[in-house]
Amino acid sequence: MNESRVTPLLEMRGIHKRFPGVHALNEVNLSLYAGEVLALLGENGAGKSTLIKMLGGAHQPDEGEIWIEGEGVVIDSATAAREVGVAVIYQEFNLIPELSVSENLFLGREKTYCGLIDLSGERREALKWLDCIGLDIDPDSKCGDLTVAQQQVVEIVKALAVDARILVMDEPSAVLTAQEVERLFQVVRDLKDRGIGVIYISHRLDEIDSIADRLLVLRDGQYIGGGAVSEIGRDTLIEMMVGRSLEKEFPPRDVTVGEEVLRVEGLNRGTAVKEVSFSVKAGEIVGFSGLVGAGRTETMRLIAGADLGESGEIWVNGELVSVRSPRDAIAAGVCLLSEDRKKEGLVLSHSSVDNFGLPNLEFYSRKGWLNDRLEQNEFDVYRDELAIKVAGPDQLAGELSGGNQQKVVLAKWLARRAHVMLFDEPTRGIDVGAKYEIYQLMNRLAGEGKAIIMVSSELPEILGMSDRIIVMKGGCLVGEVENGPETTQEDILALAMEEPATV
Amino acid sequence: MKKFLGEYGMVLVLFALFVLFSLLTLNRESATGAAAASRLSKEMLAAMSSKTEVFVVGAVRKPSGDFAGFVAADLGKNEKVTVTQVIGTPRDLRQAWDTAEAEGNTPSLLVVSGDVLKWTILSALQEESPDLEIIYPTERMVSDFLKRGNLLAIVDRIVVIAVIAIGMTLVILTGGIDLSVGSLVALSAVMATLAIKVMGGLEAGGGAIWAGFLIATLACGAIGAIAGFLVARFEVAPFITTLAVMLIARGAAFMMTGGFSIYQVPDSITWLGRGATFGIPNTVLVLIVFYVAGHVFMRHTRWGRYIYAVGGNEEAARLSGVPVKRILIFVYLVCGLCAGFGGCIQASQLATGAPNLGVMFELSVIAAVVVGGTSLSGGSGRVMGTLIGAFIISVIQNGMNLLGFDSYLQQVVLGAVILFAVLLDKARQNGT
Repeated sequence: MNESRVTPLLEMRGIHKRFPGVHALNEVNLSLYAGEVLALLGENGAGKSTLIKMLGGAHQPDEGEIWIEGEGVVIDSATAAREVGVAVIYQEFNLIPELSVSENLFLGREKTYCGLIDLSGERREALKWLDCIGLDIDPDSKCGDLTVAQQQVVEIVKALAVDARILVMDEPSAVLTAQEVERLFQVVRDLKDRGIGVIYISHRLDEIDSIADRLLVLRDGQYIGGGAVSEIGRDTLIEMMVGRSLEKEFPPRDVTVGEEVLRVEGLNRGTAVKEVSFSVKAGEIVGFSGLVGAGRTETMRLIAGADLGESGEIWVNGELVSVRSPRDAIAAGVCLLSEDRKKEGLVLSHSSVDNFGLPNLEFYSRKGWLNDRLEQNEFDVYRDELAIKVAGPDQLAGELSGGNQQKVVLAKWLARRAHVMLFDEPTRGIDVGAKYEIYQLMNRLAGEGKAIIMVSSELPEILGMSDRIIVMKGGCLVGEVENGPETTQEDILALAMEEPATV
Repeated sequence: MKKFLGEYGMVLVLFALFVLFSLLTLNRESATGAAAASRLSKEMLAAMSSKTEVFVVGAVRKPSGDFAGFVAADLGKNEKVTVTQVIGTPRDLRQAWDTAEAEGNTPSLLVVSGDVLKWTILSALQEESPDLEIIYPTERMVSDFLKRGNLLAIVDRIVVIAVIAIGMTLVILTGGIDLSVGSLVALSAVMATLAIKVMGGLEAGGGAIWAGFLIATLACGAIGAIAGFLVARFEVAPFITTLAVMLIARGAAFMMTGGFSIYQVPDSITWLGRGATFGIPNTVLVLIVFYVAGHVFMRHTRWGRYIYAVGGNEEAARLSGVPVKRILIFVYLVCGLCAGFGGCIQASQLATGAPNLGVMFELSVIAAVVVGGTSLSGGSGRVMGTLIGAFIISVIQNGMNLLGFDSYLQQVVLGAVILFAVLLDKARQNGT
């Protein structure tokens, strides 16, 4: 294909998008030609989702233009996206599980006959579309009863049925088995032959080689590089995705590692966590790395009693503890700073002090009667120590900035004086300054002899903070690396992405 | 400003309603008590120089009649005065007047009060004898709404709703709802009166009455706990669970009595609902004790704080080690106990246990909670707000009754008030 002569199907020029405190996209250019697959790559938070949300009509660019087949367009709603021929398939499908396949296909544009829905007509047309994509399912079956892979194809069919010429797929393979991925690729190749342009987002580099024609790498909202897949080697690609200086981003730590504090043996929970065993010593920070969905969060939730697994033993300070609920874990001295602080960490409609006190009320009450003053005094100590910026005692947790919210969650767990602290993505959505403070705090806790686990999807953070790195993939531990100056992100990524030798 | 409205708006609304109804129900009224009578008599005697013929006039079975009696008694003690007491109709006054005139004892003073002042015969008599002086006690403006009897009626009317609303506030704070309270009122009243009937009926003593109340209240608490268990353990929607309990409890109440009312209870059963202690009506005392206890519990105990946390973010509360399931069971248990005790008060007020008591009470109770500023989505609200809410509803009903609004219009107004309260709640949520 000679790019200088052919008008691109889609062109995004000089796109900027700013959110409060973040320059999410900075001068990004993208072009997509008919009949090609463009892989969009980058770490979590690189700006990929922001970019595709613009195509889906969920976000508007602050600056920049979107051109489709040589015409400038404005995509300000999902309807507008459909009209210009763009279909976005998000990770959460937009199918209504209680409706049948054909009802979902025609949702919002039902075929009618005398004002009534033409059920048999819809069914015929649905069959035609399913046939042509090679999906052998009954159009009357409920979407909720289909496998994830089948639902995904239904989404694709839905896009085709409205004549989409540009199809955006956000990590379509994340939830599929190997065979299902192969089928998906057949469908995607079929789409290419029809002249549809596909933007494909994935973390699995193997897939990029086999399906994409060109690729484009984003990092921190900026265009880093791109070109034909065949011309860019794997090593270059990983460097483009993660390459940034780690110097001075992380505070130094000098702690002697002590006795074993936490030992986990044979944790199992469905397909999310399989036979996970490891241990953490006093003063040690263990980084858990892996792709999204590798089972890291699920493992932490099992240890903290947030979920119940099928089997497994948890030992704290050499004693076997029975963890049936978060209460048990907290009593045993295990605290979890969950990944989603708004949903799981805070009661947003209550004050910071109330949130701080929630797990600690047994310290601030006698026979069930609260000692408000003691609670407030304790909170004040942590507020000063962590430099939490609170406008007043009545300010609701929901009104605080992300960093301050995270510090309130930290404070409430610090006050528990636990032996084991599980940090799940502790710096997600937090600005650089607050990140550094949280790192310092983790170092201090390690210095106090606590066992610390940090789950993070940011490799620099894992490398910068951990004594030891455990890598998970598909619910299993796939590798363990003693962290040292010679350990590289490539080593970790290679572990996280490689196919396991045996399943 | 919005925050201020959210926190104190309902207190202001209640205050405004008090002022409004006080003004709208103002009536001219002359004093008719014994004290006013003796004051008036003293003034008259002081002004009298010679022997005087006095007519004291009042209407039968009216305050003016009583007043006439008081004045006649006071004046009769003085020999300067010849008192003729006329208590009856204008016709009686005319007859008495004519008799006195025929005897040559035409009265020169006429003492009247209240409704007698409006009799047309008074001006006719004054024309006949220009010397006649008509004396009446000073008039003053009195608000029917603010009368002690009326204020107590407001409390009597709302006490059952208000007691149950404490339990409902706890349930709604956790993000739930309890539709069964109305039926539990009936079940409790029926169980209490049945128990009393068994333990002596009309001759039952105080111990039997309290035992009946206790049994009924505990039974309703147990039913609430079961509903709470279903909500907590099996995650059945509270709406559905308590809807089922509502039907079961109502049906059970009818089955227990065969559909009839139970009135074989001693008169002393009314002590709780109509009696008084140290001059304070027991219903008022119940409200004070329950609301203070509820307020202190929610503000100053761990479990109170946990209830707010469960409603604010159940998952965050669970991960913080809050025993969410126990909290849920507890709030439904408390709501059941409150409904049970409410049923006992109702049985006491009516001296009857009937299976059709408490119909639609759940809606009034929920309305009181919502008007009191508790958010139906849980996590925010105050027990004392609920008391205000209950009073707003009761005051509006009472005021409209005094002003003679018909009951259909009253429903429309109440509905509008509830909508207003919900909008205020929204404004508060957006404001903060």
